[in-house]
Amino acid sequence: KHLGFVWGPGDILVYETIYKASGGCPFVHEVRKDEDIYSPILRKLFNESHHIFVGLQRIREDLPSKNKKPQFVSISKNYRSVIRACMEELQQVAGIVSILLAVELIWNLCEVLFIDAAPAGSLVLHLLDWVRLHKADVDEKAREVLASESPAEHQAYWDVISYVLQGRMDEARQVLVKQAALQPAARVMFKLLDNLLMKMPIFNVHSPGETQTLTEFDVKWRHWREEVDHCLQDQSFASNRHLEDICKILVGDEDVLLEYKELLSTWYHFLVTRLLFSHPTVKPTELHYYAQSSMHMFLDTRSVPEPLDSILLAAFEFDIHQVIKDCSIALNNWWFVGHLTDLLDHCKLLQSHNLHFGSNLREFLLLEYASGLFTHHSLWQLAVDYFDHCPEFGRVYLELQIERVPLDTERKALKVIRICEQRQMTEQVRSICKIMAKKALRNNRLGSALSWSIRAKDAAFATLISERFLQDYCAKGTFSDLDLIDNLGPAMLLSDRLTFLGKYREFHRLYGEKRFSDAAKLLLSLMTAKIAPHSFWMTLLTDALPLLEQKEVNWPTTLTSILNFFLLT
Amino acid sequence: MDGINAKYVSKKISKTRWRPVSSSSLQQPDIFATGSWDNEDNSISIWSIGENGVSSMDDEFEGDPQLLCEYKHNGDVLDLQFLDQDRIVTASSTGAVTIFRHHHNSQTLSVSQLWERAHHYPCNNAPCTGVVCNSPEIVTVGEDGRIMLFRADQEGVLRTIEMADSSAIHAVTFLRTTEILTVNSIGQLKLWDFRQPGNEPSQILSLTGDRVPLHCVDRHPNQQHIVATGGQDGMLCIWDVRQGNMPISLMEAHTSEMWEVHFHPSNPGHLFSCSEDGSLLHWETSSNTDTPSLQGNRIKLLIISRSAIAPAGGNQSLINAWLTGDSSKGHLETTHMLPSQMLSVNSLDVLGQCLVCGTDGEAIYVNRYVPI
Repeated sequence: KHLGFVWGPGDILVYETIYKASGGCPFVHEVRKDEDIYSPILRKLFNESHHIFVGLQRIREDLPSKNKKPQFVSISKNYRSVIRACMEELQQVAGIVSILLAVELIWNLCEVLFIDAAPAGSLVLHLLDWVRLHKADVDEKAREVLASESPAEHQAYWDVISYVLQGRMDEARQVLVKQAALQPAARVMFKLLDNLLMKMPIFNVHSPGETQTLTEFDVKWRHWREEVDHCLQDQSFASNRHLEDICKILVGDEDVLLEYKELLSTWYHFLVTRLLFSHPTVKPTELHYYAQSSMHMFLDTRSVPEPLDSILLAAFEFDIHQVIKDCSIALNNWWFVGHLTDLLDHCKLLQSHNLHFGSNLREFLLLEYASGLFTHHSLWQLAVDYFDHCPEFGRVYLELQIERVPLDTERKALKVIRICEQRQMTEQVRSICKIMAKKALRNNRLGSALSWSIRAKDAAFATLISERFLQDYCAKGTFSDLDLIDNLGPAMLLSDRLTFLGKYREFHRLYGEKRFSDAAKLLLSLMTAKIAPHSFWMTLLTDALPLLEQKEVNWPTTLTSILNFFLLT
Repeated sequence: MDGINAKYVSKKISKTRWRPVSSSSLQQPDIFATGSWDNEDNSISIWSIGENGVSSMDDEFEGDPQLLCEYKHNGDVLDLQFLDQDRIVTASSTGAVTIFRHHHNSQTLSVSQLWERAHHYPCNNAPCTGVVCNSPEIVTVGEDGRIMLFRADQEGVLRTIEMADSSAIHAVTFLRTTEILTVNSIGQLKLWDFRQPGNEPSQILSLTGDRVPLHCVDRHPNQQHIVATGGQDGMLCIWDVRQGNMPISLMEAHTSEMWEVHFHPSNPGHLFSCSEDGSLLHWETSSNTDTPSLQGNRIKLLIISRSAIAPAGGNQSLINAWLTGDSSKGHLETTHMLPSQMLSVNSLDVLGQCLVCGTDGEAIYVNRYVPI
């Protein structure tokens, strides 16, 4: 047996085949490459982020950039909160949750480094927030410790060092106070450490009435660090190993930090802690050096770096393109890179270098994402907005894809047509209306067929429908669907044949109401206007004959006109 | 727009309906049903926004709709109505009409009755597009141009009006217990009287200008001859069915198809409409001539004719307000009720002070403090 395959828009059809023709029905398998879009919880992610995306595109271009930055940061936070909401719901499904966690971690870092673009001084504090957000178990553990009967005895008590590692000095001090109460002999030591923790300077741009420059802070910090070092040299904490460790951490002793690998758990936590205690005034451009060295120090030299690690490293190196590239490879759905790149593009952070295929990186990724959405039976509607905001190829993609949406009900067809009409895609409108009109005609729903032809302004089809009516009349002698023909209104003017149909019916009505002179006039005008089909001339003549017998009709004039008509045409 | 929460439900919502509250109690509604469409597996779902069972600690989740139960539905849910407190009737794109029963004790749904080929073409099925009930009678209409009359708990069909329409019928509403009004895709309103035999409507109304397909219709709760319709061009028309062939007033409302229009059942001076353009409008008439409130948006009014006949009974000024639709006297205010940039709002329902709507963005919005 052999396998054949053919590419679809979002999937592959694989079929078994034998080269020579033989009986039996082969199986055809559909292989979908993107299962994520079929997950009900991730669908919420797609819908909510679509809303944010559209809002982002509509931010006015003419605003000065300093007004736009807080908006971009807030949009970035919106995206992240949507990811988090999804994660909370997905708690049971482990695989996707870990991917979402990684995605949110990367996004958050990109927000700190690229969108918010924190300068030296506040950079470390932002990175600290970033680490704290992603190591939230510290809070849980602390609560557990404080809630237990005798906190000082609790094994995790000394994980107070986690607090220190995250720069949470106030919380660390609170826990140490409890320990101090149990060891009155060491009270002096505890007091000393408490003092040091309290006095640690934090670069604070928001303190009211006090604007601290980087140099001022640096001086203060070095001064404090000397004090801590002094305490160490003095052996003030020699009798208590743990307090001494805390002190060593405060001076940024890397060996001690590495002893607490388990508490740090990741190399980037190690990096941030290192920066906090050794280089709090680090500049963005210096980050990559520390990042690389932290990674090497922390990770086992034999272990292969995971994709997440290289992505984070690329971010620390401010290599946005590398981040996007690595993420595209690591993740199987274009959602993350598409939206992140779009946001970064709005922040004017991507240099436009044109790719060989597609116009630029942002558009390429969005097109890929949207094309994937279009294969979904329901999410195709979201994709339309994405195509709208791809200036070069979006329209072409949309034109090709929109015609493939299956149209089971009139309501769905109406929505698709509305989408096409709003974008002046007249060809697509016509073709969809024609499909619906033909379907209606097959089911003998002439009224529906006519209403579709009117929507498409399709004179040819309207003519076809009128011919059907006229044929029916010739066959049965009466009109069907009188409610339609009697009430055509201005739609009558869409095609000559349709006009004739409406007027011919009106003639019958007038005759039925015995308004013979009006009927005669109408019949004559129908003849002279030359909109009657050839096949109907005999019928018109036959209709004219009884009129001539009526008293009100001026039969000489009428007869002359009729004869003229037949002789001259 | 305070008090509006979005709930993402992973399915495009085609219909939302409040469960009726008994008229004696003054309670606000707390249970609603939704139907989905355009999904591989469509379903009908029952939701609750009540305080019972929702133990939430965060204020922001208060009033978040909680899913009570769900049931698979064959085909798109094109219309949905509560028959009574326990039963829901749905119209499907497969042409089937189904009655579901909601069991309160176990919080489950089950199929109680099914008319599988209620609407059909000679060779295949035709979508059933509208259903309306006056317990125990159920009237359905479809794209096949038929009107069907059923009775709940009775197997067969009570009455069929064949060839009622040569185009698709989009919506139906009761005018009186024996009269219904249908709207179709060539812009006609047709009145049908069940007391008369035969397949002819008792009256046909339509606009003299362009015949725009009509999608929704609703009757004024107190005045049985006043009807509001909305169609493909997003215009809101108010008709007096006793009076000839023209609408009483015509108002530009939306920029694309209007999917549903509802008079508020107890406060008919308020009207709500929702549309493909993603907006939900709240129309308010007031008989005083105060300066309009700052939140209201003025809308353009085209007055076709004035009603010279005073309606018999009823609140004169309120009726007149709809019929005259005179914006220069400050009678009509409209307010947008949803954030902008949304996909189509397919359905809405309003009862008491609560409004629920569903969108193609796979979200449900509930507002519990509609200013009535």
